[in-house]
Amino acid sequence: MLQIKNLHAAIDGKEILKGINLSIPTGEVHAIMGPNGSGKSTLSYVLAGRDGYEITQGEILLNGENIMEMAPEERAAAGVFLAFQYPVEIPGVQMTTFLKTALNAVRKQRGQKELDALDFLKLMKKKQKELSISDEMLKRAVNVGFSGGEKKRNEVLQMAMLEPTLAVLDETDSGLDIDALKIVADGVNALRDPKRSFLVITHYQRLLDYIVPDKVHVLANGKIIKTGDAELAKELEKTGYAGLTGEAA
Amino acid sequence: MSSITQDTIDTVKSLGKYDAGFVTDIESDMAPIGLSEDTIRFISAKKNEPKWLLDWRLKAFNHWKAMPEPTWGKLKIHDIDYQGTYYYAAPKQKLGSLDEADPKLLETFEKLGVPMAERARLAGVAVDVVFDSVSVATSFKKQLADVGIIFCSISEAVQNHPELVKKYMGSVVPYHDNKHACLNSAVFTDGSFVYIPPGVKCPMELSTYFRINEMNTGQFERTLIIADKGSYVSYLEGCTAPMRDENQLHAAVVELITHDDAEIKYSTVQNWYPGDEEGKGGIYNFVTKRGLCEGRNSKISWTQVETGSAITWKYPSCVLKGDNSQGEFYSVAITNNYQQADTGTKMIHIGKNTKSRIIAKTISAGKSDSTYRGMVKIMPNAVGARNFTQCDSLLIGDQCGAHTVPYIESRNPQAALEHEATTSKIGDDQLFYCQQRGLNTEEAVALIVNGFCREVLQNLPMEFAVEAQKLVGISLEGSVG
Repeated sequence: MLQIKNLHAAIDGKEILKGINLSIPTGEVHAIMGPNGSGKSTLSYVLAGRDGYEITQGEILLNGENIMEMAPEERAAAGVFLAFQYPVEIPGVQMTTFLKTALNAVRKQRGQKELDALDFLKLMKKKQKELSISDEMLKRAVNVGFSGGEKKRNEVLQMAMLEPTLAVLDETDSGLDIDALKIVADGVNALRDPKRSFLVITHYQRLLDYIVPDKVHVLANGKIIKTGDAELAKELEKTGYAGLTGEAA
Repeated sequence: MSSITQDTIDTVKSLGKYDAGFVTDIESDMAPIGLSEDTIRFISAKKNEPKWLLDWRLKAFNHWKAMPEPTWGKLKIHDIDYQGTYYYAAPKQKLGSLDEADPKLLETFEKLGVPMAERARLAGVAVDVVFDSVSVATSFKKQLADVGIIFCSISEAVQNHPELVKKYMGSVVPYHDNKHACLNSAVFTDGSFVYIPPGVKCPMELSTYFRINEMNTGQFERTLIIADKGSYVSYLEGCTAPMRDENQLHAAVVELITHDDAEIKYSTVQNWYPGDEEGKGGIYNFVTKRGLCEGRNSKISWTQVETGSAITWKYPSCVLKGDNSQGEFYSVAITNNYQQADTGTKMIHIGKNTKSRIIAKTISAGKSDSTYRGMVKIMPNAVGARNFTQCDSLLIGDQCGAHTVPYIESRNPQAALEHEATTSKIGDDQLFYCQQRGLNTEEAVALIVNGFCREVLQNLPMEFAVEAQKLVGISLEGSVG
């Protein structure tokens, strides 16, 4: 369960998040929607612990534990996973190597036994099949030369491997055509689990046709200004954000 | 290769700052301190050398005295105290076999992970170990001898194969080549000798583990490898030295010769003590390495991973004399703290249709400074010569330097030369991406840098590649955050 209480965060002294309150019970999928510049990506980075984002007030609890003082890799081990809007290229590092290194780094921190090459491959084969990821793709360097769809499927594969308790999807739909979107959404839906919470950040309602949320929150100007169920997203699609914020989105 | 990165990360965790920095306490038999004709006569007498070799040493010594230090490197070097150095140090015990070796010595090898005896046999590696100046043990000699391969210390070669040594030594790197090579010619104490007879493909990787132990001892090893017609050999050289406050001089010479259709692959992982975080101590690694592709269709390939030494000054080169001959240079040079490196290669195209390929990866961190310096020279008769050069630099932090200095000289209008160069930094976004997946900063840097070096590291023989990838991580510890 994720609890965000009165969270204020700033970049270079400029306040972006201005008092966010949000609870995602374990097993639920919540969506955050909002116009550009409302603080959606900032929220995802603050949750993951990126350098340069200063929390000025409030707290973040994951399953009751305060994660604000943790380094990003410690948060990863604690169960935070961020699917990036723009997954980063790492030239020369094979996907398989990256996955194995990441998985074992997390397992080590969690006090679990590291997987040897054979067990790792078995696990990877199983997960990659579920996401229609080819062997060839995993032989390439991390995100290098990947299409938009491949990058996002790759993010979901990593999520499946690392088994987070909180998965944050930052504009996972951006740059995807409808077929790729369906594959990614199917992958995410397959990972829905009573022990896992999701925070799905998106600009458009389209993604939420495929990943149906339990709750939808509207973020504007660093605050959650409205909360509803999946219907809220459909409403927004008709009225736009302007109706809520009183200004053009 | 896919599990190597994991090894890197394990090692980064398990190893200390410089794990090879211990001293083995064994009494040494040393030449008097300083450099003089007497020192040279002492060395030559100790080794029971023929007169021609003593004369050659003395000729080199006399030439050396008047020779200026090379000045082209972008390096800050303190004056070297040639008279404050010991030029000969041998463990006192004479050894019949490895079993008789001092347990402390064996422990040292154990700590270094040198594959010896049973370990060597299992790993299929023949090791000629140079401990300070004298070869302690040579394994596999018999199996190699059965196919006519000579693999021994250069001192033994002088005794047992004087005609080969006399014919080839100094033929690729003349004694007056440069001041460091000249010093080596005068005082070289040991090193390896390899001869592969015509048509023989060496059935295993040959390997030498060099190690400087005695305080204030310069190590001046000399390696000579001859691949006769149609033969092949892969040679591995690994280097480590204990921690000392003083700067130690290492001036080695390596000469390679390939005849028609022969190939030598020479790989180095250099991990000499780099000095401490304040730049105190460390090895001066001034090495002259050159290969001569004497025969048609012959090939010489250098692969080096340079992570150690306070100062590295080396340019493994190829003289492409035979028609259709090929030279390759694959290099990773990593500097951290106050380390300096000026390294690269020379490809001299003499024969027709000669080809060369240079891939150099430079990684600078801390307050270090690293330069790639390379020359491609095409002679008038080298019709159809081709070269491809790629130099990539990676900077970590904002206080280090990386420089690329390519010299190109073409005297043949038909030659085709390509040069690519890039400079980049490890991005915050790359680091964050790795961290978000559970890697700590050092693990992330090791992973990213290993990826950056992949093209070079994949040229190393398997057992060496693992070690090299570990070193990449270790040598960059503390460079970020």
